Amino acid sequence: MTLLSVRDLSAFYGDFQALFGVSLDVSEGQTVAVIGANGAGKTTFLRALAGALPVPHGAVEFAGRPVGGRPAHVLVELGIVLVPEGRKIFPSLSVRENLQMGAYRRRAGPWTLDRVYRLFPILGERRDQPGTNLSGGEQQMLAIGRGLMANPRLLLVDEISLGLAPVVVKHLYEVLGTVSTEGMTLLVVEQDVSQVLAVAQRVYCFRKGMVALEGVPARLTRGQISAAYFGA
Amino acid sequence: MWVDTVVQGVLLGGLYALFATGLSLIFGVMRLVNLAHGDFSILAAFIAVVVVQTLELNPLMTLVLVVPIMAAIGYGLQRLALNRLLGRGILPAVLVTFGLSIVIQNGLLETFSADSRRLNAGGIETASVALGGGLAVGAFPLLTFAVAVLLLVGLQLLIGRSAIGRAFRAASDDGVTARLMGVDPDRLYGLAMALSLAIVAVAGIFLGIRTTFTFSSGPDRLLFAFEAVIIGGLGSLWGTLAGGVILGVAQTAGARLSPGWGVLTGHLVFLAVLLLRPSGLFAKSRRVD
Repeated sequence: MTLLSVRDLSAFYGDFQALFGVSLDVSEGQTVAVIGANGAGKTTFLRALAGALPVPHGAVEFAGRPVGGRPAHVLVELGIVLVPEGRKIFPSLSVRENLQMGAYRRRAGPWTLDRVYRLFPILGERRDQPGTNLSGGEQQMLAIGRGLMANPRLLLVDEISLGLAPVVVKHLYEVLGTVSTEGMTLLVVEQDVSQVLAVAQRVYCFRKGMVALEGVPARLTRGQISAAYFGA
Repeated sequence: MWVDTVVQGVLLGGLYALFATGLSLIFGVMRLVNLAHGDFSILAAFIAVVVVQTLELNPLMTLVLVVPIMAAIGYGLQRLALNRLLGRGILPAVLVTFGLSIVIQNGLLETFSADSRRLNAGGIETASVALGGGLAVGAFPLLTFAVAVLLLVGLQLLIGRSAIGRAFRAASDDGVTARLMGVDPDRLYGLAMALSLAIVAVAGIFLGIRTTFTFSSGPDRLLFAFEAVIIGGLGSLWGTLAGGVILGVAQTAGARLSPGWGVLTGHLVFLAVLLLRPSGLFAKSRRVD
């Protein structure tokens, strides 16, 4: 079943047009990757889906209902939750409180503090420390855990690899793989192509605010992907 | 009797902390400077005057009515007007609350005339409590201080332990990300303003029992509140109490040296802190981003 359907979405920052008629589908339970170079519009796309940018009402359908342009808190209530780029941990809040902020709207679902601590044991060990005392990789775990605490139907994940060592990125993608096998639907934006293609069932490559290539990762060649990524 | 002066100053500081807390809360949560804050305290005192006259209650009992009324005014004001001004820098809100201050003062002048008023709490104002060693303090200043400390403890618990308090702190850190967590900013800011005006309603009624007030008493209250906040440092409730106490002690000590020097000495101490520790004495270290 199609959970998220984006049709011909354009988005603007003031006068600057960042997205030009993007269409994309995510089925329930699927992991979909959006790849592309810096400035391709990936982050803008996620922010538009999460209600942080104005978009036309009909351009985004979620679970069969048009939700484009609804404010962020309404989308969270419906189950669209963004793990933002740069992690955005609240510095005044402890690790546990950061996770609890994720559960602010109290959506029903399987994710609890204990379950997040089982997924990322280090967060349990450091639950009483300020969130920003954690290392970059641990903060990314915290950001993902905070997103899961909202009990989303669709988790949008922006650029997990940003500023992290490859071994940490690999671990984070393994965990996302686990979360996915437990039934979560994921839409993952990433510049680090190799990691994300290993977990995604479908990939969209953005270039200059448009979809340059889409397909099943296993059936795409490196040449096709790099042509779409960098432009031929 | 300098000990006596210091004790009086400390107790006065409790009242100043009550004025300052709401101001500090609003600035912390939504970076809004409410220049009408002092006028709202006076508005609350006048509402208490009306309630006392119509229901023949003790002014302290009017808290039960006036605090919810002021909270409702705060929530409505925030949702209908002030929320529209956020996110455009600090100036629009400063201008609008400055205008609001004038509107409130003129509204009070029209309705209640320029006469000075006082809330009569039936003798507690003049009662005193002996502390031993020849030292006695007024029962009412002591009560004011106790209420201030209790309110600050309660507020600290609310902000530190509850979901809404967590959301206040998260929005203060990063409002955009707080929205992504599902916080409805209009509602959250409405609740913050409701809380702010509820606290300043308590401050206004205690002020009205302690001393006389007129329609134009608000700006002075705002000034002392600002000074207490700056002395204590933004973002720290106990710093605000300490700031209020330092201001209170400075004023009573100055007034003891010469009756006209009280307010001036308070200003001088405030300026000294501003010069030597611009971020206040007890400020949490501010994040740079």
